Amino acid sequence: MITSQPDASGHFGPYGGRFVPEALMAPLEELERAYQEASADPVFQAELADLLHNYAGRPTPLSYAKRLSETLGGAKIYLKREDLLHTGAHKINNCLGQALLCRRMGKQRVIAETGAGQHGVATATVCALFGLDCTVYMGEEDMRRQRLNVFRMRLLGAKVVGVSAGSRTLKDAISEAMRDWVTNVNDTYYLLGSALGAHPYPVMVRDFHRVIGLEARAEILQREGRLPDAAIACVGGGSNAIGLFHAFIGDENVRLIGVEAGGRGAELGQHAARFSGGSPGVLHGTHSYLLQDADGQVTLTHSISAGLDYPTVGPEHAWLHDRRRAEYTSVSDAEALAGALRLARTEGIIPALESAHAVAEVIQRAPAAKGQIFIVNLSGRGDKDTDIYRENLPELDADTN
Amino acid sequence: MPTRIEQLFPKLKDQKRAALIAYVTAGDPSPERTPGIVAALERGGVDLIELGVPFSDPIADGPVIQAGAERALKAGTTLRKVLEMARTIRKTSEIPMLLFTYLNPAMRYGFENLGRDAKAAGIDGCLLTDLSVEEAAPYVASMRASGLDTVFLAAPTSTPRRLELVAQYSTGFVYLVSRTGVTGERTALSSTLEPLLAAMRTVTKLPLAAGFGISTPEQAGAVARIADGVVVGSALVRLIGENASDAQLESFARSLREGMGRE
Repeated sequence: MITSQPDASGHFGPYGGRFVPEALMAPLEELERAYQEASADPVFQAELADLLHNYAGRPTPLSYAKRLSETLGGAKIYLKREDLLHTGAHKINNCLGQALLCRRMGKQRVIAETGAGQHGVATATVCALFGLDCTVYMGEEDMRRQRLNVFRMRLLGAKVVGVSAGSRTLKDAISEAMRDWVTNVNDTYYLLGSALGAHPYPVMVRDFHRVIGLEARAEILQREGRLPDAAIACVGGGSNAIGLFHAFIGDENVRLIGVEAGGRGAELGQHAARFSGGSPGVLHGTHSYLLQDADGQVTLTHSISAGLDYPTVGPEHAWLHDRRRAEYTSVSDAEALAGALRLARTEGIIPALESAHAVAEVIQRAPAAKGQIFIVNLSGRGDKDTDIYRENLPELDADTN
Repeated sequence: MPTRIEQLFPKLKDQKRAALIAYVTAGDPSPERTPGIVAALERGGVDLIELGVPFSDPIADGPVIQAGAERALKAGTTLRKVLEMARTIRKTSEIPMLLFTYLNPAMRYGFENLGRDAKAAGIDGCLLTDLSVEEAAPYVASMRASGLDTVFLAAPTSTPRRLELVAQYSTGFVYLVSRTGVTGERTALSSTLEPLLAAMRTVTKLPLAAGFGISTPEQAGAVARIADGVVVGSALVRLIGENASDAQLESFARSLREGMGRE
C-alpha cells in the first residue's frame, strides 16, 4: 500500500528538510520533540478532540451538492464542509492543535503569518481562547484585499503587522514572521499556518488536518457504500489539500487532484502554478517546487485569491506529484469566480475564493464523469471575499438590480 | 594549498590583532561600484570581505541589508555577475573574499559549477545563511573539491551537539551570531556572545569571528578583545544606501580599525 511519511529528518523523498539559519535549528529540534511527545500523549489527543468537537464544530457535514451535480449532468459531487467550522475555514483544526502544543511548551507569545486572513483569524481566535499574546504578519496587499479579516483579528485582540516588502503578500508575511521568530525565539511560538516550512511543520500541520480526510472517507463509505473516484482540493501552501488527501493515499483508485491558482495566465508572475511553472528550490525552510527565475530569485505570483498567492508549495505535495500519486492542475481567476457564482446559485453556498478554485475544477470534470463520485474540499466560506466579489461582479452591485 | 582566509588568521595572530571583516552586498548600489567600494574598505584597513549575493527573500536579514539586496537586484545583480565583480577585484587585490548568500541562488547555479567558477574568480570561501549542517554534505563536498572554505554559523541557541557539527563542517573560520535575531545595528552588545565564544572554543581550534549587531568602533573594539574577527555589515550597507562616497567608506572602515586597536 502506498503511504506518505517523511524520513527522520523530515524529507519526503528529495523534498522537505530543514533549511533555516542556525539560530532556528535548535528551536525546531525542540518543537519536533515536543510535538512527538504530544502526539503520543492520550491526554493531549483527548483535549484536542474535545476542542475540535465542542469548540470548532467537528465533524463537518459532507453535503451532497444535488443541484450542482444535476445541472452538470455527470458525477455526483459531495462537498466537505470545512467552511462551516468556527472562524469559517479549515485553518482552525491546525490552530487548536498548535495552540495546545504552545501551551504545553510554556510559551506565552504567538506569532503567525496570514495570506487570506483565515489563518490569522484562526490564530487570533485560539490565542484569545488560551490567553496568549498574538501578533500576525500580513502583506499590505493582502490587508487591502482582506480587510474584513484584518478587523476580525483586531477584534479578537491580536496585533496585525503590515508587511511592505516584496510583493506585499503571503511570501513576505512568512519572511517577516521568520525574522520575528529568530529574534524572539526564546519566548515565542511560531504558529505556521500551512503544511510547509521547515520540518516538523509540514508533518505537524498535516497531522492536525488529517481529520478532514478521515471523516470524509468514513462518511462516503457509509453513505455511498464505496470510496469516491476523486478527492479535489485547492492548493496554496497545501494544508487543506493534504488534510483531505492523506486518508486516501493508500486507496489507489481514488484520484487526488490539487488545484493551484492559474491567475491571469501562464506567464511567470501572473499565476501561482508551482508544478507547471516552477522547479525544485528552497524557500522558507523547505525544498519543494518553487516559482523562480534562472538565477534562483523567487518570482512574484498573482492570484485573485490571497490564500493561493504563494511561490512554493508544501513538500509532501511535491513528493506526491513526483510519485504520480496526486495530480496538480490550475484554474484561472475568471474560472474561480465563475465557479463561486455557480455554487452560490445552485447550492446556496458562497465559497472562499481559494475553495472556489476546487469548485471550478470539479465543474470542468463532472460532466464527463457520469457514475463517478467526487469529493471537493470546501475549505472556507466566502464572507471574507465579499469586497473582491463586488469588485469583480460590478453588474450585481448596481442599484438597478 | 591554504586559502587566503586560512592564511589571514595566523598572520593576524602574530600581529596580536583581530580581523576586521566587512560585509557588503555586491551590486549595491550598482555592479560597477562594488570593486571601488571593496578597494576603499581595504585601504581603510579591512582584512576580509564578505561579498553578499542578493536574494529576493532574505529571511536572516534586517531592513538595512534587505534594502541593499533590493537595490542590488534592481541593478541587475546575479550570482554570475558577482563572480565577475570578484574577478575584477582580484586583478588588483589579494584581500580574502567570502561569498555570503542564501541557499537557493547557489543551488540554482549548481554547487559544482559554483565551486569551480568561484575559485576561478578568486573567491576563497562561501557561507550560505539558510543551509543547516544537516543538509550541507553535497555542498561541502563540491566546495572542498574546488579548494574553497565553507564557513558556517553558530548561534546562541545552538546546542553543544550542534556546535560540534558546525565546527566539523567549517573551514577558514566559524561565524558566531552574537545574538539571536536578524542582521542590523544595535546600540548595545549582546551578553550572549561571550558564553558562545567560550562554548565554541571547547570544540574547535578554528578562528572565531563574531557578527550581527556590531556597528561602531567601540563595539568593534569590545568584540576584538575576545574574538578573532569582527564582522560589520549593516552599518556599511546603510552608508552605501545613503550614497556615501568611497572616501567616506574608507574613513568609516579606518575608524572601526582604530576602535579595534592599532597594529
